Amino acid sequence: MTEAPAFSPPYLHAGANVPAIMREVALALVPGVIVYFFCFGWGVVLQCLLCMSYALAVEALLLRLLGKDVRLFLGDGSAAVTGLLFALCISPFTPWWTSLFGIAFALVCGKHLYGGLGRNPFNPAMVGYVFVLLSYPAETNRWPGPEIPNLAEYISIILRGEGSAIDAFSGASALNEMKSRLGDMQIVSEILTAPGFGHLAGRVTEWINLAFAAGGIYLILRGVIRWHIPAAVLAGMFISSAFLATLDSELHASPGFHLLAGGTMLGSFFIATDPVTSPETKNGCLLYGFLIGLLALLIRRYGAYPDGIAFAVLIANAAAPLLTRLTLPRLPGEVR
Amino acid sequence: MNRVLHDFPGGLKLPTGKELSDRLPSLLHPLPERLYLPLHQHVGHPAMPCVRVGDKVRKGQLIAGAREYVSVPVHASTSGRILTIGDYPVPHPAEFKAPCIVIEADGLDEWHDIEPSPDYAATDPADLQRVIHHCGIVGLGGAGFPTHVKLGEGFENAVELLIINGVECEPYITCDDRLIQEKADYIIAGARMIAHAVQARQCVIAIEDDMPEARQALVTALDGDDIELVAVPTRYPAGGEKQLIRTLTGRDVPVGGLPIDIGIVIQNVATAAAVYRAVTRGEPLISRYVTITGAIENPRNLQVLLGTPVRDCVEKCGHRSFSESRIILGGPMMGMQVNHPYIPIVKTTNCVLIQQRESLPPELPCIKCGRCSEVCPAGLMPQRLYHAALRDDFGQAVDRHLFECIECGLCAYVCPSRIPLVRYFRYAKTQINNKERQLQTAQDLRERFLAKQQRDRQDARSSPSAPEAAQDDKRAYLKEAISRSRSRRERIRHQHDPDEKPGDD
Repeated sequence: MTEAPAFSPPYLHAGANVPAIMREVALALVPGVIVYFFCFGWGVVLQCLLCMSYALAVEALLLRLLGKDVRLFLGDGSAAVTGLLFALCISPFTPWWTSLFGIAFALVCGKHLYGGLGRNPFNPAMVGYVFVLLSYPAETNRWPGPEIPNLAEYISIILRGEGSAIDAFSGASALNEMKSRLGDMQIVSEILTAPGFGHLAGRVTEWINLAFAAGGIYLILRGVIRWHIPAAVLAGMFISSAFLATLDSELHASPGFHLLAGGTMLGSFFIATDPVTSPETKNGCLLYGFLIGLLALLIRRYGAYPDGIAFAVLIANAAAPLLTRLTLPRLPGEVR
Repeated sequence: MNRVLHDFPGGLKLPTGKELSDRLPSLLHPLPERLYLPLHQHVGHPAMPCVRVGDKVRKGQLIAGAREYVSVPVHASTSGRILTIGDYPVPHPAEFKAPCIVIEADGLDEWHDIEPSPDYAATDPADLQRVIHHCGIVGLGGAGFPTHVKLGEGFENAVELLIINGVECEPYITCDDRLIQEKADYIIAGARMIAHAVQARQCVIAIEDDMPEARQALVTALDGDDIELVAVPTRYPAGGEKQLIRTLTGRDVPVGGLPIDIGIVIQNVATAAAVYRAVTRGEPLISRYVTITGAIENPRNLQVLLGTPVRDCVEKCGHRSFSESRIILGGPMMGMQVNHPYIPIVKTTNCVLIQQRESLPPELPCIKCGRCSEVCPAGLMPQRLYHAALRDDFGQAVDRHLFECIECGLCAYVCPSRIPLVRYFRYAKTQINNKERQLQTAQDLRERFLAKQQRDRQDARSSPSAPEAAQDDKRAYLKEAISRSRSRRERIRHQHDPDEKPGDD
């Protein structure tokens, strides 16, 4: 577009801005991070700090190379949020170089190759997470428990990435446990009595999920995100898991387990709701959310990986433009 | 009767800023030394001057006539001498100069001979429309569409409902509010005259529910049950034509259509008052209420003679520092910034808003947050229009109903990336209209050429056919307007997407 007068109406503004939205998102993650920290220890905090610093550094470098306004675009906060979400997806044991690769891949291939902020079809944090998940499964898929390393031990694990040190602390996550034991011909009611399980899902993950859900509800109340996507993701997961559980409750975990296990709440409130990569219509968002819930459950139950949220989000991202087109609203007074 | 009110899509409650100027009664603005009267203060063709430099004119005298149907005359706002006729700055977003007649006031403010129309109720509606045309009346709400054209279109069709619009939804503007409080009887009488001119079956005067004084004034002045008074919920842009029609009737104006397509005529309250003056006294439109407000010492409403420089008005309200502020004609949502303080108040100037100058915040990319779609009162998806405009993909923009955008500014108001969406939309509209005009010109030329060929051929056969009698100007216009609005969208679509199959929708 060519020249236009410098000022054009309106000459008033509501005051909303992108950095403020990103700050709200980061703020809403705090309760989840705190519970996560209590459950898994210092590794969580270290990963958050490390990944956010990586994200800012890589973003600054990319902006510079691309000749964009570094201060303006670094200040929009989107890179920091990408780093934070990435950190909350990976295991606290993840070595420093793995997360660096993940962040770099997320920002280069997930964001700037498409033209930067607002133009990426896929959620950058998920692009980076899936990249490390597929490339370095041993480093990213080991979870602490029941014994939690202290700060020094975490630092040494993250810096050296020694397998033996990780082995000493790692247990299996609830989703891992469920998957492998079902594979070993055990039944659900039997599995749920194992030590790592709590009321409905993993002893610690259910609390982490609840904390993320609380943060997500805060975002809805503040008007930062709309309810459509999280509600649809949860509904999709609930309905499909309830369907399987009614078929045979000993072969399929309950809806309650799935809603509170793994990355369900983080994914539905914070990752699936990324406006850039989700559909632009309300009905499109409902379909998109439902698709994520359904796919995540199918991947959990029948796929090779214990959790399916990240894959489900990326697949649904690819469908988002189509979902938008299919659900374009009719104008008042429009005759079709 | 209590009317059931309906909801329109989008919209937003805005901080109104109306308390600055709605308390004090309006003041008569003193006679300025010079008046700059643009020949083009309305939608349509400019008026043609019918006075010469040096002529003496009196207040209310015709100084520029309307040659075309969609045009209105201009009258002298006071008595004096024609100083010059030439190009001066006028209110226009592109800030250009346009022909104006400059009158040097003689200070006598002597009226030209004007004559009232006899009893309007006994007058033929067409004659009443002619009176309104001759008095130079246009829509005073801000758009400036010639009133007689709307009324003419109304009379041709069956008008179910006449809406007199006092829903002054834009922040800061209070001129209609003050006018209703001070001249409620004019508005009611004017409404009856318009209702007669279009033979409307019902008439509603609509105001906002945060205008209790205005409501009281209207209730007091209303002496019959032929006019219904409705207070609609305060929400921007409740006073937009389509939004108000939706609120009052629950019906939608067809996309690409006009209110008259569903039997509705809508006129501003100030227009009704102007009609009253024109009919009962023969007074042409030479002054109006203007709100002077914003970052200014004494915000208030003024009754200003048309052609008065904006500078005079704001200085009257205590404004001094022109370098640190910007002047906006109209409201903060839809107004235009002007940089020349000698720009005159014209028929469509409802407000002069003074704002502190501030630097423009940086524009970030769209993050598709969808807030614009939520507030859009036309039910559009501004972010999709923006992306189409950004790519210069005008076919896409038209398909996405760019021309349904009323430029209310809400999308840009809520945009967290501070994208000046309205600017992009105006740009796209201008480009599309220019292209269409070029195409039209080419087509006209081609038709002319073909007609010439035909004539030559006939000349060769030596039997020239009699030229067809020129059609009535007005009928020709109406026909043209209808066919234009019907074919417009189709044409643009094919023009921009040549590969798209016809009828593929």
